[in-house]
Amino acid sequence: MTLSTDVTSLPEVPAKDPPCERRPLPVAAISAITVAVLVGLWALAAAYALVSPVFLPSPRQVVVAIYNLVVTGFVDATLAEHLGASLTRIFGALAASIAIGIPAGLAIGTSRIGRGILDPVVEFLRPLPPLAYLPLIIIWVGIGEASKITVIALSMLPSIILSTSAGVRGVSKDHVNAARSLGASRRQVLSDVVLPSAVPSILTGIRIALGAGWTTLVAAELVAATSGIGFMIQSAAQFLVTDVVIAGIVVIALVAILLEAIARQIERRLVPWAPHR
Amino acid sequence: MSILTFRNVALRYPARPGRGGAGEELVLDGINLQVASDELVAIIGRSGSGKTSLLNLAAGFIAPSAGTIALDGEPVRGPGADRAVVFQDDALYPWLDARDNIAFPLKLRGIPLAERRARADALLARVGLAEAGDRRIWELSGGMRQRVGIARALAAEPRFLLLDEPLGALDALTRTRMQEFLLRIKAESGAGAILITHSIEEALLLGTRIVVLSPNPGRLTAEIEAGFNAEVLNGASVSAVKASPLFKRMHAGLTGLIHSGADEELAA
Repeated sequence: MTLSTDVTSLPEVPAKDPPCERRPLPVAAISAITVAVLVGLWALAAAYALVSPVFLPSPRQVVVAIYNLVVTGFVDATLAEHLGASLTRIFGALAASIAIGIPAGLAIGTSRIGRGILDPVVEFLRPLPPLAYLPLIIIWVGIGEASKITVIALSMLPSIILSTSAGVRGVSKDHVNAARSLGASRRQVLSDVVLPSAVPSILTGIRIALGAGWTTLVAAELVAATSGIGFMIQSAAQFLVTDVVIAGIVVIALVAILLEAIARQIERRLVPWAPHR
Repeated sequence: MSILTFRNVALRYPARPGRGGAGEELVLDGINLQVASDELVAIIGRSGSGKTSLLNLAAGFIAPSAGTIALDGEPVRGPGADRAVVFQDDALYPWLDARDNIAFPLKLRGIPLAERRARADALLARVGLAEAGDRRIWELSGGMRQRVGIARALAAEPRFLLLDEPLGALDALTRTRMQEFLLRIKAESGAGAILITHSIEEALLLGTRIVVLSPNPGRLTAEIEAGFNAEVLNGASVSAVKASPLFKRMHAGLTGLIHSGADEELAA
């Protein structure tokens, strides 16, 4: 048998009809439509007074409430001042939980003794709802800023500790052995291989902690505060100013989404190599 | 000249379930071997013959259960820059670019930034990657990554290079090119080398000496001198060397040696 190399003698393959091109709707568009439908249903319910305006103000009233919060404020502070107070607490708590959580996670991930000492503390703290120990924290450190920052930091700590220790334990054995065979001491293996290798996991932990901290922040401010978004919502609820309550909720959600987006952006910039490990 | 010596080395691991039950499993037994720094000793054998364990012992990642391993008479007590390892999956650090990966052992020694960058650039040029210093590891091909891995090992100025199947994950074409590259770079470096490989062809082509291990437990069953690497270094083409009758005869002989007993094992 001989093989022909004459391409002109090859049979022609009939061209297929071009497929009917129907581009699927992007996920973002589906999400936008969903939000629009929900807001539309809300507006209809308010317009036809299906629910009393005292309980459910219209979307327009909420937008006006947000405008008024920005310009004139509520309970002696503008929206920016309430938000500033809340963000100061959350970032103060984040700094404290990073300062404690990363060394604690490293100790759990690298040392048997560290794991023995810290594991029970983390496992005790992890399932506890922060509001359960908030009264005790208030008794111990008072009703000022310290109690709120402490309780928020405690709610953030477990995810930072656990993600750091998981990152440390997940370091590639070959990466560690390569460093040792190139002359690295134990301390150099930790600082130049284990820690950088754990950064993606630590950043994920910080992102989760931020979400947990934000939830705790609002709860802590509902109970004991004189400023902040949670305090603003609680004060408005006491006077049945539901448009401000809903405005506060919308602001909380928007800030949480924004923080998450910023955290993801930082993650992409700091560890572009994470998907390539 | 440096000499790496294995004297009556044995290695036992805790037995795995289904492989002898309780107690210990003998992985390597009675290993006596000397490797000089002007040699490239290729270790070859079937799966389970303990090739990688032998390399891990030389690297100091694990300690022998019996016997001694010594470098120039000094017992090996752990890993060290005098025995740099090149891994099959390159083990490069993805958070560093190619240059900083190569400069890594220099950083460990506290060499100032400017000097280590200059030395890393010189090594990049030596492995044919002068333009790739700023590139991220994941932007490099498999062959380029292995070149960076070899350059990183050379930056440590080792007395021995321990090569753990460094070309095993490469495609056939790149592998052939890398074999010649490896040979030249080893010769230029003046370091001795132990190469673990599954490829009989690669062992014959690169090794000044080929050591055959038999499995369960790993025992040294043959040591064969080979001179094909000298022919390549003297300018002969790799394909011509592989096509020579002597190369083919030795390949067939080694194949028979390595696989003798394998059929009976499979039947059992």
